[in-house]
Amino acid sequence: MVLVYADHKNLATELLAKAVDLAKERKEEVHAVLVGTVSDADGKDLISYGADKVFLVDYDSKVSKAEEYCDILAKIIDETSENIILIGSDKNGKEIASRLAGKIDAGCVVDAMDVSLDEGKVTVKRVVYSGNAISVQQFTSTPAIITVPSKVFEPLKSDTGRKGTVEKKSITPDSSASKITNVSEKTAGNVNVEEAEVIVSCGRGFKNKDDLKLANDLAEVLKGRTVGCSRPIAADLKWLPEEHWIGLSGHKVKPKLYIAAGISGQIQHIAGMRDSSVVVAINKDADALIFNSADYGIIGDLYAVLPKLTNAIKEKMG
Amino acid sequence: MNIIVCAKQVVDISEMKIDKSSNTPILTGLDKKVNEIDKNAMEEAIKIKGDHGGKITVVMIGEPDGKERMKEILAMGADEGVLVSPPDALDYAQLTTLLSGAVKKIGDYDLIICGEASTDMFSGQVGPRLAGMLDIPQITYAQKIDAAADKISAERNLGDTVVSMESPFPVLVTVTKEINEPRLPSLMEILASANKPIHEWSVDDLGVTLEEKVVATDLQGISMDRKQEIFEDDSDASIQKLVDHLMKDGVLR
Repeated sequence: MVLVYADHKNLATELLAKAVDLAKERKEEVHAVLVGTVSDADGKDLISYGADKVFLVDYDSKVSKAEEYCDILAKIIDETSENIILIGSDKNGKEIASRLAGKIDAGCVVDAMDVSLDEGKVTVKRVVYSGNAISVQQFTSTPAIITVPSKVFEPLKSDTGRKGTVEKKSITPDSSASKITNVSEKTAGNVNVEEAEVIVSCGRGFKNKDDLKLANDLAEVLKGRTVGCSRPIAADLKWLPEEHWIGLSGHKVKPKLYIAAGISGQIQHIAGMRDSSVVVAINKDADALIFNSADYGIIGDLYAVLPKLTNAIKEKMG
Repeated sequence: MNIIVCAKQVVDISEMKIDKSSNTPILTGLDKKVNEIDKNAMEEAIKIKGDHGGKITVVMIGEPDGKERMKEILAMGADEGVLVSPPDALDYAQLTTLLSGAVKKIGDYDLIICGEASTDMFSGQVGPRLAGMLDIPQITYAQKIDAAADKISAERNLGDTVVSMESPFPVLVTVTKEINEPRLPSLMEILASANKPIHEWSVDDLGVTLEEKVVATDLQGISMDRKQEIFEDDSDASIQKLVDHLMKDGVLR
């Protein structure tokens, strides 16, 4: 069977679409697991997106504690003989999948960008070396545990006529010695760099937090109006919240236009923005790495260039 | 407090080139270095040892030339190193089996610290996978750690939330790059590290069986061809030309 688990419904429906493909080829059923305060209706919802059977595990936990979620999944897998296990690749999903793989001694690939069957063998692709290469990997054992990030697969259209069963499972996971003592939401704004069409991104070339206004002004005249940043601005200086952070451990973006101002172009940053359609780099250092990854570059001081560019674009666009 | 730090030797990807004819990354001849986030793990270990005493052992699985990298970590403040150099390339199941074998051979430990991921593969699989194999609690993506005599408290960075957790020992913690600024060893420390023991254990020494679960069948380069039209100055004329290009490319609307 092919089993799907994700914390969030949207991601679960995306994984279900791929699970339906794989299950059809293998002539198997698609299973899904829902954990938490969940109802029959939630189960039926997943059936409408492709699941044949949904296991509901009533489990009171506000946030995922990997040991327990992992134990719940292990107990289900033990009963249902799953061959392929697709898990949503958010931070929780990755640590649950990896722990599960260690616990049940299974192969695991994290962050797959494609999953297929090659002469029956489960084959996945993942991006390695900071976005410079794709590794193709094949499972030589079952079950195959695979995590998939959001937006890799398109969900099927919900069809409420689809038939399937919802099964309540009463599972008490083995208790773990660790405990959650606090959960605090970060102050989130309305920024979603991953969806943005135009991004003006700031790096260490900015001398003061207030100067980020220059990037804001440019973003304002461009459709998209989104400001991004490199690691030092979000992680070290904390001038912008992490939702603006673009890079290997930040967000991965694919806007039509990416303007990098005062960003040196470390490989970890490039990994986050390499899928941009057109890249403009502004840097006063002619040797800055960012110019290698840019379509257009201006060697100059961002403090002079940004206001000029803002005005020029404003004039052009009326 | 006895601490095990897991470390990896990686190639310096910033120098990596793609062979255009075969579209494969050229990995030979690249500089090798300690995976950066492992140094953050090491820095936390040193701080905890400073407060509670004990011993820090670094475990590295990889090629024999990892010994040079091991010396760098020993110079930072570890007491001993363990290097296991298996003959062939490993998948995560085999790698973690060796790590758990080494951890069990070391035996007496309270805390295992890993970097959240390595800069070359960026899977983040090893830490939680090892915790699962050893059946001990895991605290991943820690951006802050406080160790007391009987428990560890940590803040986990989950992107939109910060989750605080605590756990008694033994526990495995993975740390993010933001948790600290790793120290640079002094010349004296570098010289002194030459006398610190590095144990080279073989696969047989660990008494584990290695079973492959996933095999890498291909590696394809992703080339990024950019126009690279660079204007050498920030004159009004250059800016105007840039805007014209962007207009023509259809990205200004």
